[in-house]
Amino acid sequence: MLALLWSDILIFLLIGGLVLSAYFASKQEQTRRPWRKAFQSRVGTASFVVLLVFLLVGLLDSIHIKQSESLSPSSEEHTEVVLSVLDIFLTPLRTQIEKTYSAPFSSFAYAKEISLDGTGVSVWTAPRLSYGGAHLEHPQEEIFGDVLQRSLLGLLKGIAAWCVLLLVLAKGPNVVAFINRSVFRKTALYTLLGLLLIIFVTAELVGFYHILGTDKVGEDVLYQALKSVRTGLIIGSLTTLVMLPIAITLGLLAGFFRGWVDDAIQYIYTTLSSIPSVLLIAAAILMAQVYMANNPELFSSVAQRADMRLLLLCVILGLTSWTGLCRLLRAETLKIREMDYVQAAQALGVRKLTILKRHILPNVMHLVMITVVLDFSGLVLAEAVLSYINIGVDPSTYSWGNMINSARLEMAREPIVWWSLAASFIFMFGLVLAANLFADAVRDAFDPRSKH
Amino acid sequence: MINYILRRLLYVFPVLLGVNILTFVLFFVVNSPDDMARMQLGDKHVSQEAVDNWKVQRGYDLPLLWNEGVSGLSKAQETIFFKKSISLFLLDFGLSDSGRDILSDISQRMWPSLALAIPSLIVGLLVNITFALLLIFYRGSYLEYGGLFLCIALMSISGLFYIIAGQYLVGKLLVLTPISGYAPGTDAFKFIILPVLIGVVGGLGAGARWYRTLFLEESSRDYVRTAKAKGLSDLNVLFRHVLKNAMIPILTGIVVVLPLLFMGSLITESFFGIPGLGSYTIDAINRQDFAIVRSMVFLGSFLYIIGLLLTDLSYTLVDPRVRLD
Repeated sequence: MLALLWSDILIFLLIGGLVLSAYFASKQEQTRRPWRKAFQSRVGTASFVVLLVFLLVGLLDSIHIKQSESLSPSSEEHTEVVLSVLDIFLTPLRTQIEKTYSAPFSSFAYAKEISLDGTGVSVWTAPRLSYGGAHLEHPQEEIFGDVLQRSLLGLLKGIAAWCVLLLVLAKGPNVVAFINRSVFRKTALYTLLGLLLIIFVTAELVGFYHILGTDKVGEDVLYQALKSVRTGLIIGSLTTLVMLPIAITLGLLAGFFRGWVDDAIQYIYTTLSSIPSVLLIAAAILMAQVYMANNPELFSSVAQRADMRLLLLCVILGLTSWTGLCRLLRAETLKIREMDYVQAAQALGVRKLTILKRHILPNVMHLVMITVVLDFSGLVLAEAVLSYINIGVDPSTYSWGNMINSARLEMAREPIVWWSLAASFIFMFGLVLAANLFADAVRDAFDPRSKH
Repeated sequence: MINYILRRLLYVFPVLLGVNILTFVLFFVVNSPDDMARMQLGDKHVSQEAVDNWKVQRGYDLPLLWNEGVSGLSKAQETIFFKKSISLFLLDFGLSDSGRDILSDISQRMWPSLALAIPSLIVGLLVNITFALLLIFYRGSYLEYGGLFLCIALMSISGLFYIIAGQYLVGKLLVLTPISGYAPGTDAFKFIILPVLIGVVGGLGAGARWYRTLFLEESSRDYVRTAKAKGLSDLNVLFRHVLKNAMIPILTGIVVVLPLLFMGSLITESFFGIPGLGSYTIDAINRQDFAIVRSMVFLGSFLYIIGLLLTDLSYTLVDPRVRLD
């Protein structure tokens, strides 16, 4: 049974909106051309494919289903749990919980404890993990060969999956010609091959090892990092959803009507942007915390509360970040309203709102486009910083910020616990780098001043 | 000129008043002082007496906007809005929720902030401009593509990683500098090196790209083509013409952030245990000390607006083409 959270619904609405606007954009030559240019760049295409994979993970994690699950393998008792489709895919990762820290690919726990060896003498050793490398008899000698064997199997499966995909897409054995048809196709397919190899090798190994180790309570770090993808995507995308309507409406109105409308709108954005954004966000989140603490009856479960806080964070980030785009749009509208075609429309007696909608809005859309993609990566990074100051997402939400925050203290341990930090670093870097490279390609394609 | 400055100064007031009203609404209207008291006292079943006590101690027991209990002007004066919000205009920040004088805290803590922020700004600026000039100089070569990719990669790493990795590498493994801490006077030097270094590396990606666009814009101008046509070497054109003309946006870009240097850097200061205004703010947020957060919001916007004002003025000083009337 479906049990969607508010953020799930919003994210699917957003995707629906994106698909619709992509459909309409593809029908018009003037919007199709820059996009075609963006996808002719190799870097743009490759980063787009990587982003799509992240998006897929986030979407799978956004379909929540109510399920009954037994409390422990032996007991008959069942409880109702809300799981996402991603959780179900990652069942081995989710359920194979160790006692405490363990290093990546390790078969032994991080913490040593006293145990009895075969002859009844108590010894001080790190115990074997209950899941990681549990199938090996002598982990130290066998682990290298075992990992190599499984990785090779994963590689082969990945290549096979790619070949099948190619045959299906090309509708026949004429694969080489199919790949080489365009730069876009070639880059996209080879990037996909790389990603498939990573995914299949990982899938082959996760059942037997904790690839990125386990955290303090023994939860698999890879699972945490994958769950955090959704949080990052939501912060990066829903925030723009909040910000766009405000920025576009106010920016166009200020630039088009000028006079007192312009003065009022300029006053609002100068005031808002004069407050250091971190402080404004902190103040708003603190107040929301007070409100939530005093009205606990509004939220029926921890998950709902955490979800509300995530959405709230998006709204607050959106309300504090529209000023930059608004200023840009105002300046551009001021320029466009003096153009001949707008003057002509005015002389013909076209209604003002129609002029705004039909003549001005389409001509500032490239600025909106560029801002949206550029802001995305900044927002993902901002989440980590805000979570570090405790004004980000709820501590119970999986997020890279929360992972870094808890990993900070682990750096002081001896031997050092580095894997939580490394995992959040790899995932965050992957997503943000892809987003930045894609943003660059989009900006080059949409910016009328670029000459390439 | 004087006229212009006066007009701009007058514009500062409505903006600050807006900030003031906004913070007032956020801190006192969205949640009543009663709610804050309950949150601070930490229990849902706090007695009304304890709540009232907490409010009296901090001066939150007055009406919000209008006091019917007294006569004359003090109807408006004996209120939270007047005592807690309007008084900020006179830089009277009052007492923090834990009872310390905020203004004296600020005047003590701004020096460590400055000791960190000023070297970071100067070193960062020099490194960024040098890197951007190198990118322009090797334009079209693989060195440029490599450098640009490096910039994007550096931009894609969260600032937290730079700090954690830097502390671990330099402080713990190599033991070159202390991991964190601060000492006043010249002793501060060894504590400042690492945060400055990390700040410079962390800002390099975005900074160098920004200066590169400035230089690119300048080098597409006619005078650059003329200079090249005269037979000047690339290096000469770059330093004598492009850099000189690009100094205008660079300088004005610095002026706008100068006042904000007082506020310090939130994350860096709290990671390195530097007792500046940044860590002061973070501590206040973590302790939910609303009085300090409110003061810092006001101070921050005040400094930002001063920065905007200075920027406009610096345009007239640096760029003879701009006249303000």
